[in-house]
Amino acid sequence: MALRIGVVTFPGSCDDRDALAAVALLGGEPVACWHGDRSLRGVDAVIVPGGFSYGDYLRCGAIARFSPVMAAVAALARDGGPVLGICNGFQVLCEAGLLPGALLPNAGRRFVCREADVTVVSTATPWTRACTVGQVLRLPVKHGEGRYHHPDPAALDRAGQVVLRYAAGHNPNGALDDIAGVRDAAGNVVGLMPHPEHAVDPLLGPAGGRPLFGSVLATAGVGAR
Amino acid sequence: MTRAAASTPLHVQLGLTDAELARIRELLGREPNRPELAMYSVMWSEHCSYKSSRVHLTGLPTSGPQVLQGPGENAGVVDVGDGFAAVFKIESHNHPSFVEPFQGAATGVGGILRDILTMGARPLASLDSLRFGDLGDPLQRRLLAGVVAGVGHYGNCVGVATVGGEVAFDPCYAGNPLVNVLNVGVMPADRLVLGRAERPGDLAVLLGARTGRDGIGGASVLASAAFAPPHPAGPVGGDPTLKRPNVQVGDPFTEKLLIEACLELVERGLLAGLQDFGAAGLSCATSEVAARAGMGMEVDLDAVPLREPSMEAWEILVSESQERMLALVDPERLEGVVEVCRRWGVAAAVIGRVVEGGTLTVRSRGQVVASVPARSLADDGPVYRRPVAAPAPPVPPGDGRAADPGPVASAGDAGVPLDADPAEAVLALAGDPALASKRWIWEQYDRFVGHGTLSGPAPDPAWDRSDGRLAAGGTEAALVRVPGTRRALALATDGNGRWCALDPAAGAALSVAEAARNVACTGARPLAATNCLNFGSPERPQVMGAFVAAVRGMSQACAALGTPITGGNVSFYNETAGRAIHPTPVIGILGLLEELTLAVPLGFQRAGLGVWLLGATRGEFGGSAWQRLAAGRLEGRPPALDLDAEAALQRLLVEAAGRRLLGSAHDLSDGGLALALVEAALAAGVGATVALPSGLAPLAALVSESASRALVSVAPDRAGELAELATAGGVPAVRLGSTGGDALVVPGLLEVPLGRLRQVYEDALPRALGEQGAAAGR
Repeated sequence: MALRIGVVTFPGSCDDRDALAAVALLGGEPVACWHGDRSLRGVDAVIVPGGFSYGDYLRCGAIARFSPVMAAVAALARDGGPVLGICNGFQVLCEAGLLPGALLPNAGRRFVCREADVTVVSTATPWTRACTVGQVLRLPVKHGEGRYHHPDPAALDRAGQVVLRYAAGHNPNGALDDIAGVRDAAGNVVGLMPHPEHAVDPLLGPAGGRPLFGSVLATAGVGAR
Repeated sequence: MTRAAASTPLHVQLGLTDAELARIRELLGREPNRPELAMYSVMWSEHCSYKSSRVHLTGLPTSGPQVLQGPGENAGVVDVGDGFAAVFKIESHNHPSFVEPFQGAATGVGGILRDILTMGARPLASLDSLRFGDLGDPLQRRLLAGVVAGVGHYGNCVGVATVGGEVAFDPCYAGNPLVNVLNVGVMPADRLVLGRAERPGDLAVLLGARTGRDGIGGASVLASAAFAPPHPAGPVGGDPTLKRPNVQVGDPFTEKLLIEACLELVERGLLAGLQDFGAAGLSCATSEVAARAGMGMEVDLDAVPLREPSMEAWEILVSESQERMLALVDPERLEGVVEVCRRWGVAAAVIGRVVEGGTLTVRSRGQVVASVPARSLADDGPVYRRPVAAPAPPVPPGDGRAADPGPVASAGDAGVPLDADPAEAVLALAGDPALASKRWIWEQYDRFVGHGTLSGPAPDPAWDRSDGRLAAGGTEAALVRVPGTRRALALATDGNGRWCALDPAAGAALSVAEAARNVACTGARPLAATNCLNFGSPERPQVMGAFVAAVRGMSQACAALGTPITGGNVSFYNETAGRAIHPTPVIGILGLLEELTLAVPLGFQRAGLGVWLLGATRGEFGGSAWQRLAAGRLEGRPPALDLDAEAALQRLLVEAAGRRLLGSAHDLSDGGLALALVEAALAAGVGATVALPSGLAPLAALVSESASRALVSVAPDRAGELAELATAGGVPAVRLGSTGGDALVVPGLLEVPLGRLRQVYEDALPRALGEQGAAAGR
């Protein structure tokens, strides 16, 4: 049976439909999850997608973390279920305390949309398990507040919690140590600024997002409830 | 209140003439009251009623087997096959964008999205067509930065990709920047929703934002009168009640929820009709849906959710608060509608109902405050046949005198220096902000959202037809997949104010030709057109003369190229202190690629391909980029346009793409062959060695802007087939050379390394904006 992957829709989520389509394209069973529900409908894994949750008029993700559904996301994370936060979803997971660090306004102070090369640093997550360390993925980035910050990046690195780094010359936002994605201490919760869900269909462009979805789908059941 | 304002009659303060007031009295058979006068003033404004342009727009080519809905509804609808329809339209938000560039541009995006949504379609992609004054002026840099940030902010937040567009700079736009935004949406062809109140008893339900005092008089006064010094943002008409900014403030978050809620309502079949609130707000939405069906409507203003409870009836009627829609709902389905809206957090208020008889009756606090025939607001506005005079010759910047037509009126040399060093000329063109890379702009736009962008403005990959690899460097028009199919929509906008200043009819036709050619270069067949006609004051005969000529040229070109006009927008009064912009019709062309892997990239993909020039090159420099750069002038005649030759070229491009003959195709337009070579080489970093077309001085061949040309690359073993097709189609085709190397080379004339070209091409716009080193890191 296909892995059931939930995608949370907050008011203002923009990339939820793309994430659902990406899951379906790669053979998973996409499950739409709603911000106001307290249940994730029994999914095996969940994606917190990009967009502008609740308009992000306050700090990005600051309101979404209080959504009823976030308790279920936290519970899934606690139980070792794969959780992926993309862009705004990354911001939400940081605000919720499920991931270390924070995302600050871009160094260039403008929204930036481009394709960036990122290097896989850690494969000890359900979302990168099928990748190899050093593998370069071409992924779209598009955000105004994606500059990763952490008080002790060296410690984060030593703990193996850096999952993705921008390749040399590809850091679009001034992120600390070129960090594009991180994981929690256990490894099942991953957040990244680039958008793998926009890069899965070779008909539309580079398919650098496939290995990330492929990882979680190939390891169905592993680490999940 | 100033003494002068106190003595100004109310109708004049609201922008109505004495004759228009007399006509209102005649229609009503009595004196209009204040709310009624306010409603007529916005509905009969130039912006809403098209009173000066309407008589000239009746002869447009609007029909074709592909057209499902032409002008008259909120957007045009075109059959794109596989059971899908594309909905598209372009609109201006020029005046607000000068007053407040960020919010003006942002709400412009919001407005066009609601036009597409109104037809029942999900908005898929936007293109923005922008004009500013010279970037040497700090105000222009601020306007550009603000407009781009506003377009990006709104589109990014609602999750609608911005995939293309164009920008140009000319001193004539310094006081009147142009912000035109096109959006296209897709829906099942059988799901068309119309804004018609056809069934008495249906409820009028206001969805979305609360109504406030913002934007009052925006359409009637701000967008329907010229800017007067010292500053346009001051109190309008001296009316102290118009104390809010005339520019509305956008809330893309609310728009996002409104879009999702409306689409769910449409998908569930809960609506009898849908209408956006645009200019003229409640007056417009209610009277238009009623008038279209010959019905009337009863409206209760007490049911309208307000931001400020103290708002008076007339203010509620003309407020242009954003992010509102009017749904027509069968009372039995109201519960379902309310439930969907509650789930999305969208306010829904029943504010009225459809009645027979054609009268729009408005109540407030229990009293009837307005009672007028709906049609008198929507359809019976004044129609002016304004005086028309021969268009004025272009006015050079700086002084008020007309350009000296001098010795260069012939199409021959148009006074451009042709003795410059060709390499320097190529670098100068590549480094001109108007021609150079627009990365600074489009990197602020999300072009990926929606899983449909096949090729945006960027060096995104397109599909390489020959060997199944991804091709680099983008396409001449934006390509967006029709969801769930292998079809793609191609979209391009074009408008050349310089050519239109020299000859409005020719310039408008050339703009249509170029936009359609851009679409054809991708391999897509041009299907339909939309237009945004940006002009000065229609009260000046020379402006009307240019308008009439431009409409004629646009019509002829659209008819000849098989692209009926399905909708559009007229923006008059783009002038400040008596100085109008160049006539600037902006044309949007929608095309269809039936198999998306047929898409042709704009750049050379690999070494060893033949480089061919399709079309004839003549010495045509009037209004050209080189004339502007090298001579600082605007004179002569625009390039000649043979519409049959143009159509033949476009057919050839589509046919050749269908046979997978083309390695790349790049339209020749601004900057001529020189810029086409630069862009084709930079796209994927593949150089070329070429000879120039014969019969002209070398620089003339590089910078001429003769119409109906394209630069293509073709594998050597397919060149014969291309040549045969060209001969059969009557299109001149000449092999210029071949691709390869890391430089652009014309033997004996110039050799420019791609690295140098790239630096110049990428740095130009950031440098003009006072930033450096944008090319670094790419």
